[in-house]
Amino acid sequence: MGRFIVRRVIQMVLVMFAVSVLTFLIFNVIPNSDPAVRMSGRQASESTIEAIREEWGFNDSLPQQYITTMEKVITGDLKSQFTQLSVGKEIVKGLPRTFSLAIGAALLWMFVAICFGLYSAVKAGKFADRFLTIIALIGISMPVFWIGALANYYLGFKLGWFPNGGYVEFTEDPIDWFYHLILPWTVLAILFIGFYSRVLRSNVLDTINEDYVRTARAKGLGERQIMIRHVLRNSMIPIVTLWGLDFGAVLGGGAILTETVFDLQGVGQYTAEAIGQLDVPPVLAVTMFSAFFIVLLNAVVDILYAYLDPRIRLQ
Amino acid sequence: MADALLSVEDLRVSFATEEGVVEAVDGVSFDLAAGEVLAVVGESGSGKSVTAMTLMGLTRSPNARFEGTAQYKGTELIGASEDELRRVRGAEIAMIFQDPMTSLNPVQRIGKQIVEQIQEHEGLPDQQARERTVELLERVGIPRARERVDNYPHEFSGGMRQRVMIALALSCNPSVLIADEPTTALDVTIQAQILQRMRDLREETGAAVILVTHDLGVVADIADRIAVMYAGRIVEEGTLDQIFYDPQHPYTWGLLGSITRVDKPRPARLPAIAGLPPSLANRPQGCHFRPRCPHEFSECSKVPPLEAHVQGNPEHRDRCWLSVDEKLAKREVLPGEIGLASKEHAPA
Amino acid sequence: MATEPLTEQAGLQGPAAWEQEAEREHVHGLGPWRLGLRRLRRNRVAIGFGVLFVLLVLSCLAAPLWAKHVAHTTPTENHLSDTIKLDGKTTNVVGLDGVPIGPTYQGEFFLGADPNGRDIMVRLLYGGRNSLMIGVVAALMTTILSVVLGVIAGYFRGWPDLTIRSLLDIMWSFPVLILGVALGVALALGGLQLGPITIGGDSLLIPIFIIGLVYVPYMARPVRGQVLALREKEFVEAARAQGAGPLRIMFSEVVPNLASTILVFFTLLIANAVLLESALSFLGAGVRPPNPSWGTMIDEGVDRIATAPHLTIVPGLMLVLTVLSLNVFGDGVRDALDPRAKVRLEH
Ligand SMILES: Nc1ncnc2c1ncn2[C@@H]1O[C@H](COP(=O)(O)OP(=O)(O)OP(=O)(O)O)[C@@H](O)[C@H]1O
Ligand SMILES: [Mg+2]
Repeated sequence: MGRFIVRRVIQMVLVMFAVSVLTFLIFNVIPNSDPAVRMSGRQASESTIEAIREEWGFNDSLPQQYITTMEKVITGDLKSQFTQLSVGKEIVKGLPRTFSLAIGAALLWMFVAICFGLYSAVKAGKFADRFLTIIALIGISMPVFWIGALANYYLGFKLGWFPNGGYVEFTEDPIDWFYHLILPWTVLAILFIGFYSRVLRSNVLDTINEDYVRTARAKGLGERQIMIRHVLRNSMIPIVTLWGLDFGAVLGGGAILTETVFDLQGVGQYTAEAIGQLDVPPVLAVTMFSAFFIVLLNAVVDILYAYLDPRIRLQ
Repeated sequence: MADALLSVEDLRVSFATEEGVVEAVDGVSFDLAAGEVLAVVGESGSGKSVTAMTLMGLTRSPNARFEGTAQYKGTELIGASEDELRRVRGAEIAMIFQDPMTSLNPVQRIGKQIVEQIQEHEGLPDQQARERTVELLERVGIPRARERVDNYPHEFSGGMRQRVMIALALSCNPSVLIADEPTTALDVTIQAQILQRMRDLREETGAAVILVTHDLGVVADIADRIAVMYAGRIVEEGTLDQIFYDPQHPYTWGLLGSITRVDKPRPARLPAIAGLPPSLANRPQGCHFRPRCPHEFSECSKVPPLEAHVQGNPEHRDRCWLSVDEKLAKREVLPGEIGLASKEHAPA
Repeated sequence: MATEPLTEQAGLQGPAAWEQEAEREHVHGLGPWRLGLRRLRRNRVAIGFGVLFVLLVLSCLAAPLWAKHVAHTTPTENHLSDTIKLDGKTTNVVGLDGVPIGPTYQGEFFLGADPNGRDIMVRLLYGGRNSLMIGVVAALMTTILSVVLGVIAGYFRGWPDLTIRSLLDIMWSFPVLILGVALGVALALGGLQLGPITIGGDSLLIPIFIIGLVYVPYMARPVRGQVLALREKEFVEAARAQGAGPLRIMFSEVVPNLASTILVFFTLLIANAVLLESALSFLGAGVRPPNPSWGTMIDEGVDRIATAPHLTIVPGLMLVLTVLSLNVFGDGVRDALDPRAKVRLEH
């Protein structure tokens, strides 16, 4: 197990390096225009552009440019071209909010998806299964920002059942925190519920036909024990991987749309605002950090996976 | 047989498929006495596994339909409720499956998988159930059983895993053990070891065994009686000697001809059975073996009943329209030419 | 985040599996495709949604007809100071308080107007053309790239495989939306230079390029897996023994066997591409105004949801219907081609 972890960590570092290079290429090399002009935002003066060119070393060789960029990203020296605020500080400020959104939504979608997926698989082919299938497909077909905007307006503003967007610190008032997050959690979870319940359903259906489930049945175990001990545990293994990745993605700013619609002021909304201004440094930082985050969580999940499935450890 | 432990009567299992209704088991009847070994032999697809699974209520398809009866100690198994079946499964009738590689849960320690069954039926405390498990593993011949009980299935070889399966099956002292091709997935030397072990255990435990196989050679040393299946039907049934030395059905002749004998060359006159088994959805009318049978005649378009034909042997039954004399004349297997080395000179 | 669902495809079973099934079921000599078609025909829901998608596409294609002959306007024409007769009364298209008119259910302003006095119905149809065009072309691009990369990696193995796989893994590390946004922001000013072709920053080709690129890992990986399995098959061995070169084998033996995977993926890719387009446009990193697309229309509408909710609801519904019809149809196609389709048949 120790060797496995070491190998996985080395691999993780290599992938992170590659990710940073790709991010650098996307922002500074692939586009067909002067990076200094892009970096300066709209309607920048000639002198601003020159200053940026100087600061980022856009006249240097590419490897040197890469090093300069990475230095800025890592030391937190990155500044929004628009507000002149430190990108690192803003991200750190947004993180608790984004984390609140991510953790609640992730738990919600996992729980509901397990229920839906399992029920759907047990009732495969019957009406309940078809019904849940359609519901799941509707879930994955709805743009988050659209359903979020409608929910916020109708349930929050018109009916007044929920607060009309906004965020309250957990330390300030846990109940209000929860109350403010119910709608965002639900809206963010809808897509994932649709998706995860489909994956779980098909995993369960595959597992149900495994020989060892037949063995479990031949042992005289009850349906519930078979389902939980033998089917669910084995069907969950691939889902755990996915869950880690998606949780990482949401945490790394992937919930841009939900945060914006509900005005949660997390990392995602910060990014969305930067996008609207074509403000490159924040977008660059968020892109790189979210990928780092996913790579990290991916490694964690792999290690967890090896723990869940003893066959992996040997490879 | 009034004293039968398990009595199957006209069992039919059909599946609705895209291509029409498939009669996987088409009127199978047999009795199993306590302590007896019944071998069920037939080509792939003849319905052996479906028969065996159905007895334990393990044929779980929404498209399956069951008819007929199977009485175990007076309890009806076909159509029994899941609760009734659970009491029988594992405790009264246990099953060993064909592929030991996939029949154990890969993410659970083997000990736990056996303990689970013991506790389900006997409610023993953890420590005792574990002790019993270690004993069982020792009995089926797993070395260092005390350490091995905490291993995962992938840490065992195929043969060892099949032993674990046997230990699992025997863990609650069942009266009937159904072994569905327990050795097919293993290589030849391991096969022999496993069969040997099963024979010993049968002596020790006195469990009746239904041994499903497609290889007559496998059953020669262990079976008391043999039922030969073809396309969902039992075409011949009799004692070991009756089947080996006086086979009545042309299909049985073919099966006997395909046994590989190491000590003797194959008789030159005996061709392997020509042709393929019929596709299930549109089987021939009458005798299913008709299209492949070299001795087909007009009568064969009617379904032959499973009846005793040989004088003085009421338990030797077959489904063939040929008379006993005709069969004797047409049969290409001569007594002693095929069969058991040790019984070469037994009377036909 | 509107765009994860493609990973589900990792579980897609290849033709090898359903061929086996088809062989088993194939009493009357039905090929796997015929068998699939038969199963699909029985799935009324899937067929229904397939037809719905075709209707949606056709109506979007007919956008100029509606604009010219029914609505008498264009998607970008403002009618800020125009009036319209409603039930005999004359009404302003855009009220004095800036609130546009809601659905009139008559030729002009059938679904109302936006704050600039533009006809929503006309914009919806034209926007649909853009959204669908982006979806289809991007899906096509993803498919071609994925098949090429997947086949090369799976067929040659060794270093081409290692290179392609690493590249895909790195792309895989970025959340789809973030990668799309990053490319969108980077390419917004100045556009892209691909060899001799220069693409302007507000061209529709930019979102197509972005969306077509970000989904490649999701499809190329399973394709590669299937090619790996296929290259060991007898018919490939046989072709190789007959002296066929790698290119020949790839195109005449391997790619045809990927057809069912490609088909299912393509359907679901369009759905995901349309969704991603809307998300990017909503964020301002996709289709650039004044070009309409369903995403930009929702973006413009959300700010006025309190006074004119139809601006948000209408384009969103169109989007959901389109994506849903593709998802249900794609799901049905997959079930039909998948041997493990667990359907209950009546006895
Ligand atoms: N769930 C099912 N649905 C449809 N047909 C089935 C199902 N289960 C079994 N069958 C069919 O019933 C027939 C008998 O199968 P069975 O597994 O009993 O054969 P077998 O004699 O055990 O063969 P083998 O030696 O290959 O194990 C097969 O042709 C199979 O296709
Ligand atoms: Mg079998």
